[in-house]
Amino acid sequence: MSELGPESRLHKKGIRGVSYRLFHLPGFEPAFTRSKKFRLGMVVLIFCLSFTAIASKLFYLSFYIDSDTKQFQRIASKGGFNRTRADLVDRNGIVLATNLLKPSLFADPSQILDVDEAAYHLASVLDDLDLSKVRRQLSGKGKFVWIKRNLTPRQKQEINELGLPGLYFRNEQQRVYPLGALTAHVVGMTDIDNNGVAGVERSLDAMLNSTSAPVELSIDVRVQHAVQEAVQHAITKFSAVAGAGIVLDAKTSEVLGMVSLPTFDPYDPNKITDDQRFNRATLGMYEFGSVFKIFTAAMALESGKVRMSDTFDATNPIKISRFEIRDFEDGEKRPLSLREVIKYSSNIGAAKIATKVGSRNQQAFLKRLGLLNPIAIELPEIGKPQFPETWREINTMTISFGHGLSVSLLHTVNAMASLVNGGKLHHPTLIKREAPSLIKGDTVVSEKTSDQVRDLLRMVVREGTGKNAAVKGYLVGGKTGTAEKAKRNGYAEKSLLSSFIASYPMDDPRYVVMVTVDEPKPIKESYGYATGGWVAAPAVGQIIENTAPILGVEPRGTMASVQETKKAIGQAVSFQVTGDVAQ
Amino acid sequence: MQTVPRTDRSIVGHWWWTVDRWTLACLLLMLAFGGLLSFAASPAIAERIGLTSFGLAQRHLIFLPLATIAMAIVSVLSVRLVRRIAILGFLASLLFSVLVLVAGTEMNGATRWIGVLGFSLQPSEFMKPCFAIVAAWLFTLQKETPSVPGNLISFLLFGLVVTLLILQPDLGQTLLIAAVWGMQLVLAGLSIYWVAGLVMAGAVGMVFAYTLLPHVKTRIDIFLDPAGNDAYQVTQSILSFSKGGLFGRGPGEGSIKSALPDAHADFVFAVIGEEFGAIACFIIVFLVMIVVLRGFLRMMKEEDFFITLAASGILLQFGLQAVINMSSSLNLIPTKGMTLPFISYGGSSLLAMAFGMGAVLAFTRRRPSPRFSHFVP
Repeated sequence: MSELGPESRLHKKGIRGVSYRLFHLPGFEPAFTRSKKFRLGMVVLIFCLSFTAIASKLFYLSFYIDSDTKQFQRIASKGGFNRTRADLVDRNGIVLATNLLKPSLFADPSQILDVDEAAYHLASVLDDLDLSKVRRQLSGKGKFVWIKRNLTPRQKQEINELGLPGLYFRNEQQRVYPLGALTAHVVGMTDIDNNGVAGVERSLDAMLNSTSAPVELSIDVRVQHAVQEAVQHAITKFSAVAGAGIVLDAKTSEVLGMVSLPTFDPYDPNKITDDQRFNRATLGMYEFGSVFKIFTAAMALESGKVRMSDTFDATNPIKISRFEIRDFEDGEKRPLSLREVIKYSSNIGAAKIATKVGSRNQQAFLKRLGLLNPIAIELPEIGKPQFPETWREINTMTISFGHGLSVSLLHTVNAMASLVNGGKLHHPTLIKREAPSLIKGDTVVSEKTSDQVRDLLRMVVREGTGKNAAVKGYLVGGKTGTAEKAKRNGYAEKSLLSSFIASYPMDDPRYVVMVTVDEPKPIKESYGYATGGWVAAPAVGQIIENTAPILGVEPRGTMASVQETKKAIGQAVSFQVTGDVAQ
Repeated sequence: MQTVPRTDRSIVGHWWWTVDRWTLACLLLMLAFGGLLSFAASPAIAERIGLTSFGLAQRHLIFLPLATIAMAIVSVLSVRLVRRIAILGFLASLLFSVLVLVAGTEMNGATRWIGVLGFSLQPSEFMKPCFAIVAAWLFTLQKETPSVPGNLISFLLFGLVVTLLILQPDLGQTLLIAAVWGMQLVLAGLSIYWVAGLVMAGAVGMVFAYTLLPHVKTRIDIFLDPAGNDAYQVTQSILSFSKGGLFGRGPGEGSIKSALPDAHADFVFAVIGEEFGAIACFIIVFLVMIVVLRGFLRMMKEEDFFITLAASGILLQFGLQAVINMSSSLNLIPTKGMTLPFISYGGSSLLAMAFGMGAVLAFTRRRPSPRFSHFVP
């Protein structure tokens, strides 16, 4: 320390004096060590407070996520928060529905600098954008608005290149259907938020969201494709308005193929018409006509009141109240055995059989086959059978040949399966059965009746109206049905619903196949007919021919038929390879 | 510790028994963590600027042993020798700071780097510890020999340094140097009214900076309302702490480093938070806290005027840089480009800080007599 007191320096002149006055005068305290401790203490205190603040904020951020941070999280999210919806696959593992990550564009309006500019530039990239709507969204108060969902990578790149602030992407999972329209009615679709809105997507919505393992459907896409080709071919050939087809496992009631035409493209929900959306296999309720005579025959044989050889006079039409029941083109005009009633598809004969069995028995039998209740299957598109509230004699007669009772295609196919498989009725399903051999089913007819039904069905294809469905080696049996469609004022003679139901092979039925074609027009090739035997039977034959080898059904009979089967297998293989069924 | 007997009077033995081993351990831990982190944080940046994945990490690993050795050597030296080096270093960094303005490399709108022997050097980093020591020396001179206008010279040098830094411009370093010099002035015995006056002047300066410098204004605006402005960096930074949670997502698993251009330097704390978790962050805070508080508490007992001022200045620089860096990452204060000492990537910052903390270690070594003349540089 200086020996001179500070005061003596006050009088110094020049630069030293100035510097002394500047830095010593109002008080560099002499007691350095005392004030130093206090001043350093203040620095230490400030540091302690800073460290506390840092530690607190650290603790806060890593333990609590406040709403602000959630906002950040949403903005900065790179995806991965979305739930993953389970895939749908066919019975062989072919993917029917899966997920793809696609970018979706959202905006934080509070960060948009110039709403008009942003909206204008966005519209230049996303051509189907509603300019006024976007402008309204961007001038809003919130911090989150969707601009457009499910963009392509190219669109994302173009938006990034705009360089506009306040725009963000979030990767969302979009449901994709690799087979598109082929499985549209079965698989259905989801809305933009991945909630199932139709088909299996809707009925299994909860399950698909809770599991990650693919859900195996009973559908076989090869069969599905064959059914679609055959039905479409029939529709085109006969200038029909619509059609549907089903292939069902006769022993397990698993649906292998289910087609409703016209179908729709699940990627373009806005363009789907009601006509396309309508599922003609499960939701559409139809009177299938003569197809029902086989149910009438089975009922009669099962009741024990009628034997195969019993005859029924079909010479004259039945007149009851103001109706007249007549046969197609006046029929045989003679007494017919039960066998002949089925062979020639006699309305008069069927009506007389049903009358003999009785109205109550008929109702009970049809109920047992499940034809009077909505069918249970994993689809939301389910129709309710329509039948007269009071079941009069005339109803018994018309229902015996398939008029006055409207059911779905699936109802008919499933009931037929129970009649040919030895008498066991199962619930139809779109889910692959884990252990098919374990399912039990309700007995609806005896094995003997089942044998007789098979005999009758085989006869129809060999000698009767179903010859066009014959496929060599596969012992096809079936029944035609041609119904005049019910219009508002009774039945329209020219609007037909032509159907054919078949099962094969008749010695041990494996599959039931049914095709129905709506309003086919007669053509020269079918000699002016548009009946089930001419329109639907060939389609069923085509389906069986194309799918039996794929499904591993062994052909029966001669070497010649084996040769033919090999040819069919060749076609089937080429279908598998090329995916093209050009016949 | 048993391997070095207390009676060992060799340089190493003497050093071992006199150096502050706790502080040394903390600093070495921080250096090690910085090396580890350079592998996690820098590859994303290295790839972006066209280097190989571990190009930046390799550079950091070259500087790491250099820094450690430099710190060790400086900590062995005598107070006088350290001061001489600092004076030379200060003069050199002044020279380079002028050169930077003439022939520097411009990056992100500021000219702070100059190429020396194949490395880009940031003179302002070396200026900070050297100026702290020089200023402390000048204050001491005036105190011990009032005929020497040390305070005035120190004030003039401070003005020169601030001018050079503002010209770059480097507001962060300016504020830091001002804070260090201001604290040294206060410790040197400035009257409490002057202290209040300086604080006021600082506040007015901040207001001027806010109104006159546009980039300062945006940063403060962003701080006040992170969601409303283009607070991309802060948003990402805060998010990374939430993502990391307590234990982090694992080394290399973070995403902030690919989202932020400065993840390896200014936002390295956010990378730690995301990849190593809040516990690792707490450990870093704790290490810094030990070094700073231990140093200052020691200074309270220090009787030598020069050592008190010089060591406190460097400790303040170290602590303030760490606190500003961590607080920016946590959105406690406006974003300010400031490296996290010993952990952030950056050769100049690492070497300069190693010299500074080496000096602190040298100053805080136990010595028999605190009395020796500071008149000789």
